[in-house]
Amino acid sequence: MKKIKMTKTAKNNLITYLMVFLAYVAVQILLTTGNISSLMKGLLVPLCIYVMLAVSLNLTVGILGELSLGHAGFMCVGAFASAFFSKCMDGMMPDGLRFLFALLIGAAAAGVFGILIGIPVLRLKGDYLAIVTLAFGEIIKNLVNVLYIGKDKNGFHFSMKDSISLHLEEDGQVIVNGAQGITGTPHDATFTIGIILVFISLLVILNLINSRDGRAIMSIRDNRIAAESIGINITKYKLMAFSISAAIAGAAGTLYAHNLSTLTALPKNFGYNMSIMILVFVVLGGIGNIRGSIIAAIVLTLLPELLRGLSDYRMLIYAVVLIAMMLFNWSPKAVEWKETLKEKYFPKRLSEEKEVK
Amino acid sequence: MKKFNKIMSVVMASAVTAALFAGCGNAETGTPAADSSSETEAANETASASGVLKIGGIGPTTGSAAVYGIAVQNAAQLAVDEINAAGGINGVPIEFKFEDDECDAEKSVNAYNTLKDWGMQMLMGTVTSGCSIAVADKTAEDNMFQLTPSGSAVDCVKYDNAFRVCFSDPNQGAASALYIGENAIASKIAVIYDSSDIYSSGIYEKFVAEAGNQPFEIVSAEAFTADNKTDFSVQLQKAKDAGAELVFLPIYYTEASLILSQASTMGYAPIFFGCDGLDGILNVENFDTSLAEGVMLLTPFAADAEDELTQNFVTAYKEKFGDTPNQFAADAYDAIYAIKAAGEKAGITPDMDMSAMCEAMKAAMPEITLDGLTGIGMTWDASGEPNKAPKAVKITDGVYTAM
Repeated sequence: MKKIKMTKTAKNNLITYLMVFLAYVAVQILLTTGNISSLMKGLLVPLCIYVMLAVSLNLTVGILGELSLGHAGFMCVGAFASAFFSKCMDGMMPDGLRFLFALLIGAAAAGVFGILIGIPVLRLKGDYLAIVTLAFGEIIKNLVNVLYIGKDKNGFHFSMKDSISLHLEEDGQVIVNGAQGITGTPHDATFTIGIILVFISLLVILNLINSRDGRAIMSIRDNRIAAESIGINITKYKLMAFSISAAIAGAAGTLYAHNLSTLTALPKNFGYNMSIMILVFVVLGGIGNIRGSIIAAIVLTLLPELLRGLSDYRMLIYAVVLIAMMLFNWSPKAVEWKETLKEKYFPKRLSEEKEVK
Repeated sequence: MKKFNKIMSVVMASAVTAALFAGCGNAETGTPAADSSSETEAANETASASGVLKIGGIGPTTGSAAVYGIAVQNAAQLAVDEINAAGGINGVPIEFKFEDDECDAEKSVNAYNTLKDWGMQMLMGTVTSGCSIAVADKTAEDNMFQLTPSGSAVDCVKYDNAFRVCFSDPNQGAASALYIGENAIASKIAVIYDSSDIYSSGIYEKFVAEAGNQPFEIVSAEAFTADNKTDFSVQLQKAKDAGAELVFLPIYYTEASLILSQASTMGYAPIFFGCDGLDGILNVENFDTSLAEGVMLLTPFAADAEDELTQNFVTAYKEKFGDTPNQFAADAYDAIYAIKAAGEKAGITPDMDMSAMCEAMKAAMPEITLDGLTGIGMTWDASGEPNKAPKAVKITDGVYTAM
């Protein structure tokens, strides 16, 4: 242990990176040997998406300490911005380059929205912030549902009524068709790209947490008045965390848009249900615990699919498992029980730890 | 605590890995017929040994659209049981499995992959348009034959391996406008539609487009969304003020029943005209069916029709599931029989691989003629669109009567 000098956080982060890397290697081996079911193959990209969402929300909820219920809204912005770009540029530039640009545009659009929403919203605290972000998510979803954008040789046409009022020429093409969303987005998302994005998100967030800025953000979470009194610019750091979190959600949205050929803003995928779902990943994985978010996102995304054998009862079982896991992780009694277990099985390590302290 | 968290995370991580491997185990044992072509040689033998034709279905059986998914699931199962009792397709029995997609495109693709792992050879689905578009992308990639009972959006049958039983949205919108114009039912028309629904806005747009060629005028077009679909007084008031004689409702029956009762409360009595989504309005709970008197709808199926096929279907369905079948059920029933007809024409056998079966079915679909619940003498284009005449029915004395 003492040979390699490494701080506790660095070791912790390394475990997180290694975990993602090993998962990637394991899946790649399975893929090349053909030992993976179609279901799992289809779930790989969504898993990356949910991991990114959970990790990014953990930045807002766990590190910044503000409850945000509008995370799906940022994902929605990223998804539609990037899908719009891809749809317009399809065939005009190489696929790889186009997808890279789409990713940047998706992340940037969501990040800009994060700043725009953040300026007024971050003046609020606690419940009020949660309510406003919830409303924001719904507004985004509903706005997208009345948005009609078409393209013909005269350029872009825009309407908020219906696709007829776009008055397109014969050769025109409706790109965003209101509630019908965007169909026919090119399918670019692969597992490798997903994992790379997960890695980048982790790098950004873990480095932020352990940096000077990250400590400033955490000091705001722990004691706002004390942080302000030592000269920390609260608005700046809050906005920083909020917009980075939004940008990563936007990148996840890009991946989502380029994984399915149909993109519609339904309550199911971009509504508050999704925001709550992401929050559940974060809470279950441990608020402020990035590795926990990853694991919770993976387990909770896989669970309903692996329970398909139970047909209609699966959602019931899923809910029961969710409650049981929450109780196990968070109830004081369960925590106490885990403490006694720990003392029983790892008494040596515990004393070691105490000595170090 | 930190330490324990670490241990917990290791345990959970290993659980995840175990889950991954569990999924793989299924793949090795459970996919005899639907895997990639490299394995089909061996897989074919297993499939033919078992001697069943595996047809999968996808639709929402939980969530807000569950009504449609369950109807499709039940009716398809009914058709499969009938076909099996009569000796199957080319003497081969069918095995039918239905997976839930919660009306979510992402879940729908998951359901499709699950069915592929099960060994599905043909897909009867999906029920809703958005999901159907997402799944069609995957079936086209795998070259699997897909027949959607009720995916009405244009893009559902974009690829040549996909066919549908229901009318497409544009088809319904244009047919409605044509019908109203040709029969000179009204000259001033109001439309109330759901702008957040693909089905509704799709029909609305084509209705307006076709209305330009017809001798009537659209005096008001008001939208509502899924988030506020309980109070329609504003939309109705606008229609009334504009002097509309007919209100076109390209929406589902739940909202339509509210519109009808609210219109009657405010003393507004135009002609109401709808599409196949209105089918089922007479079965809405606590709905005074006398309000629906005189409502016209363009639908391929009416549960009260007199012909023998419908009568038999409705009786069997009621007996088995205790419910009156709606149009979705009829579409699914026809879909299974269309697969049977095309399958017999193409001479498919369970030992064919997925891609070869798809090619055979694709070639056979335009050649069959089906007398089904939703139309007599239905035929299909190679593009995937069905050809059948829309039937207009009018509600008189609480029953649908053909016009």
